[in-house]
Amino acid sequence: MRNVYVLGTGMVKFGRYPEKTVPELGGEAALTALKDAGIAIKDVEMFACGNLYQANAMVGQRILQQIGQTGIPVINVSNACATGSTAFREAYLAVASGMYDTAMAVGVEQMGKQGLLGGAGGGDPAYSVEGKLGSGLMPAVFGQAGIEHMRKYGTKPEHFAKISVKSHKHATKNPFSQYRNEVSLEDVLNARMVAYPNTLYMCCPTGDGAAAAILVSEDKLKQLAGGRKRPKIAASVLTSDPYTERDLTLPDVSTLTRRASRLAYEKAGVGPKDINLTELHDCFATAELVHYENLGLCSDGQAGEFIDKKGGCHPDLGGCAPVKESGGLLSKGHPLGATGVANICEVVWHLTQDERAKDRQVPNAKVGQAHVIGLGSACTVHILTV
Amino acid sequence: MAEQAQATDSGPRPIVPFLKLDPKPHLVAVKCGNCGSIFMDLKRVACSKCGSTKEKFSQVSLSDKGKVYVFSVVHQSFPGIKTPYITAIVDLPDGVSVRANLIDVDPEAAQKEPKQIFDMPVEMVTHVAAKDREGHEVIAFSYKPSKN
Repeated sequence: MRNVYVLGTGMVKFGRYPEKTVPELGGEAALTALKDAGIAIKDVEMFACGNLYQANAMVGQRILQQIGQTGIPVINVSNACATGSTAFREAYLAVASGMYDTAMAVGVEQMGKQGLLGGAGGGDPAYSVEGKLGSGLMPAVFGQAGIEHMRKYGTKPEHFAKISVKSHKHATKNPFSQYRNEVSLEDVLNARMVAYPNTLYMCCPTGDGAAAAILVSEDKLKQLAGGRKRPKIAASVLTSDPYTERDLTLPDVSTLTRRASRLAYEKAGVGPKDINLTELHDCFATAELVHYENLGLCSDGQAGEFIDKKGGCHPDLGGCAPVKESGGLLSKGHPLGATGVANICEVVWHLTQDERAKDRQVPNAKVGQAHVIGLGSACTVHILTV
Repeated sequence: MAEQAQATDSGPRPIVPFLKLDPKPHLVAVKCGNCGSIFMDLKRVACSKCGSTKEKFSQVSLSDKGKVYVFSVVHQSFPGIKTPYITAIVDLPDGVSVRANLIDVDPEAAQKEPKQIFDMPVEMVTHVAAKDREGHEVIAFSYKPSKN
């Protein structure tokens, strides 16, 4: 496999765009990434497009019908919340394999204000089990993941709440974030309970948005970078949920993350201590806390202490091992298919001192990682280095 | 023929196939004859742990008692679902866990003192959850604190 680099990135600020279409959002992100890379759509040889809610409607082709129908191969990817990052990985594999020198990945989603995700289905509603045989809705599922940590290690709701406070503080520095308001610990703890221990501010919002990346081989990078620093994709790992005892009733978000993380560190030849910043999948505050341990940022049982000691904060806020400078899914937003590419954009911007991250730059960042989990389950970990 | 007989039956219906109502309500599952893993989806084609195919499976009846592993208190749900309620993952002694509502426990108290819920011994109870389009009663199961 060959080395692959991220030459350009683009992102449409996460938010609500009822007046726009999915191909429009994806096309805007793609054009920004192409401009950032200094190439045109005619230079792209392969395109992987991640989108969930229009997965049967050829979103990738419809984006090319907006920005340039060059006839290249297009793969439309759907992999739950890991949709965007899986599309990115497909583009990575296409270049790493030697088949293509220039590939594009786009993640795009338009969710609108649709409320709770999960549960339900067709058929007679009398046989819907939601609320009758417990809850399969995401706030409860991830609430239970946090409660499992409480059970094992005595973690308190305040620990989860601190994660939300930190995320919102980070988001105030990110112009691409859907929400940019600060919240206090009291605000978070006293907010409306959605599913214990997740209050409203511990749940990510729904929204719309898009992100794109241009991936190139080393030869292509030499031709096109013009001296610009561009990160190498040091590891691109995708896992699914292995058999574990309760996975089918209590989705196990940890085992597949741990496996992906271990494989990514091995492939990149780095360890958790080398990581300068992490974008992880904080769909709920409870999820972030368990992923501190899953990604090896702290030892098992130490995640509560890790957040207490500002482990996940930007250095300017007195933290170390910063997590989610972007504000994360909790504040930046989580348009499902866009998230996985947007996380990688954020890491790239820190590693290249891109002005799009200028107010929240992690100083001297050399190694960053982006983690995404799609329930059902799929997990990606990408490690990028400069 | 069994399916046809069920279709004309006017009695109550279980909300999920792994709940059997006769002779008294109980849960059933399939057990892998090779590795012993238990699954609640009765139509499964193979064991996702060891790969044995369904020829090795046998149907087993599960205990009506268990212990709560974890829970959450749901405050926001679909229209028509009364909140707050407790959703729980219950470990059965047979080696499988099920998801269900935990009843007869105050949701607010559970949030205040989550520790009291962990490992709580519970037993299964059934109730009418809805009526389907044909007018059949739909039976669901829940867990409540066990007396012993």
